[in-house]
Amino acid sequence: MSADAALKTPVAFDPLKVRAEFPILAREVYGKPLVYLDNAASAQKPEAVLEAVRRGYAEEYANVHRGLHFLSNRSTERYEAARASIATFLNAERAEEIIFTSGSTDALNLVASSWAEPRIKAGDEIVLTILEHHSNIVPWHYLRERHGAVLKWAPIHDDGSLDVEAFEKLLTDRSKLVAITHMSNALGTILPAKDLIAMAHARGIPVLLDGSQGAVHLRPDVRDLDVDFYAITGHKLYGPSGVGALYAKREHLDAMRPYRGGGEMIREVTTETVTYADPPHRFEAGTPPIVQAIGLGAALDWMMALDWPAAQAHEADLIAYAHDRFREFNWLHPLGTTAEKGAILSFTMDGAHPHDVSTFIDRQGVAVRAGHHCAQPLMDRYDVPATTRASFALYNTRDDVDRLMDALLKCRELFA
Amino acid sequence: MDDALRDLYQQTILEHGRNPHNFGRLDPHSHAAKGSNPMCGDRVEVTLMVEGDRVADIRFEGRGCAISQASASIMTDLVKGRPLAEVRALLDAFTAMATTGEMPGGGLAEDDREAIRLMSGIHAFPMRVKCATLGWRTMEAALDNQPQTTTEAQPGEQEAAR
Repeated sequence: MSADAALKTPVAFDPLKVRAEFPILAREVYGKPLVYLDNAASAQKPEAVLEAVRRGYAEEYANVHRGLHFLSNRSTERYEAARASIATFLNAERAEEIIFTSGSTDALNLVASSWAEPRIKAGDEIVLTILEHHSNIVPWHYLRERHGAVLKWAPIHDDGSLDVEAFEKLLTDRSKLVAITHMSNALGTILPAKDLIAMAHARGIPVLLDGSQGAVHLRPDVRDLDVDFYAITGHKLYGPSGVGALYAKREHLDAMRPYRGGGEMIREVTTETVTYADPPHRFEAGTPPIVQAIGLGAALDWMMALDWPAAQAHEADLIAYAHDRFREFNWLHPLGTTAEKGAILSFTMDGAHPHDVSTFIDRQGVAVRAGHHCAQPLMDRYDVPATTRASFALYNTRDDVDRLMDALLKCRELFA
Repeated sequence: MDDALRDLYQQTILEHGRNPHNFGRLDPHSHAAKGSNPMCGDRVEVTLMVEGDRVADIRFEGRGCAISQASASIMTDLVKGRPLAEVRALLDAFTAMATTGEMPGGGLAEDDREAIRLMSGIHAFPMRVKCATLGWRTMEAALDNQPQTTTEAQPGEQEAAR
């Protein structure tokens, strides 16, 4: 080995190798190579997930927890192994603390319905932040409409960071739950979750984190965070759509009423009465998304096999590079510039509405999201109707950022 | 730039988008409605002064993409001073053009057809058709005395709700 080679850091995480594991990224759109920057909406899937889903249907498919036959046993093993993978990924103490849901929306609704609703009285407060996605707003509006709950909104600073002092002031003896995002889908802001949870717990208030983005970028450790509830969704985690999970501390699960009624979630049903299964099955009525769950397990196994610190460094480099490139142009205005942010870049552009930007650069092969990102209170906070959002994943590269900039420059020529 | 984009973002459309005509709020007015596109959060308000069976004046305001602004701007130019029956015919012709790219046969003067043909590029962008129709649907709602509408409301729903 030459002295020069010995001095180089070994390649711990190679985004091009990762990229090659995602077949869809090799395709073209409108005759141009695809630059996929809509990962915060949904991520693409690696071969490991595609193969797990194929095998799930082609070789090992049957319903779970029911049949006494070979395939049902195999399918059940795979499904429960996926639950164990989620528990490992989140560092939950036990797999029984993981409830399969249809996604994080479903997980959040589960907490609202099974944990919060029976405990909420008129005047009780639920503390949110202005960063929330509608999926972590509307279930709480339901409790406001139906039970007189009061929603309290923690504000942010102009750079998109949470006003922690103002947040802490909202915590009172009327607060029944803190329900906040771990990482903003619209701005990329990362909340200081561990500190916020400690503040809430000091006052006896449980905390729910919406981990739809946080789980993708931050490798959450639910025991280190000491969080009460953590919601994730499969399709953003390089897994299938239609599946997600709720982590909840066992003490909460034991005290929660069932969610939906149906098969699988019962212990015994008679014409007179019903008794319920223990968690997690108490909360999983009906045939679950079996193969999707297996696919999610495969996605998390795939993520856990990566050199995670190197992968995080790669994402940090991408977002820093994108912000650097944006600073070259005074007609581009990023929203959310705090240093505490993940690989999401939301912006407005002088002279061009986000929809026009998105439509235009799509034809250059660049896929981004334009709109309110299901975060209308946040758009109102910034007094913009919409933004354009480029959101990055592990397989994106600086070259993707450059392609985005080239497309934006062409767009600028048309609209300026 | 590819042909579909060039058809969509014609110079005339870009100019209407940058400097929309009849922008603002008409006061007093006889008819008004607010419209929104829940998919994207765009909002528009259309105010009209109808005198007899004629649209004497019309304005719109709101914010949105170049397509929604240009479409509403072109609409106000087209319907100002026109009898209500002609306004309805323009609305139908525009809706057909935006969704199919085809000009419906008969009835319209060549000037009207030309103005409506400006929006023919939109049908190649199905996700954007509602941007183009927002202003028109809002005008329709105003004339039907519906104070609110959205691009998600089906034609005829407004009558049913009345």
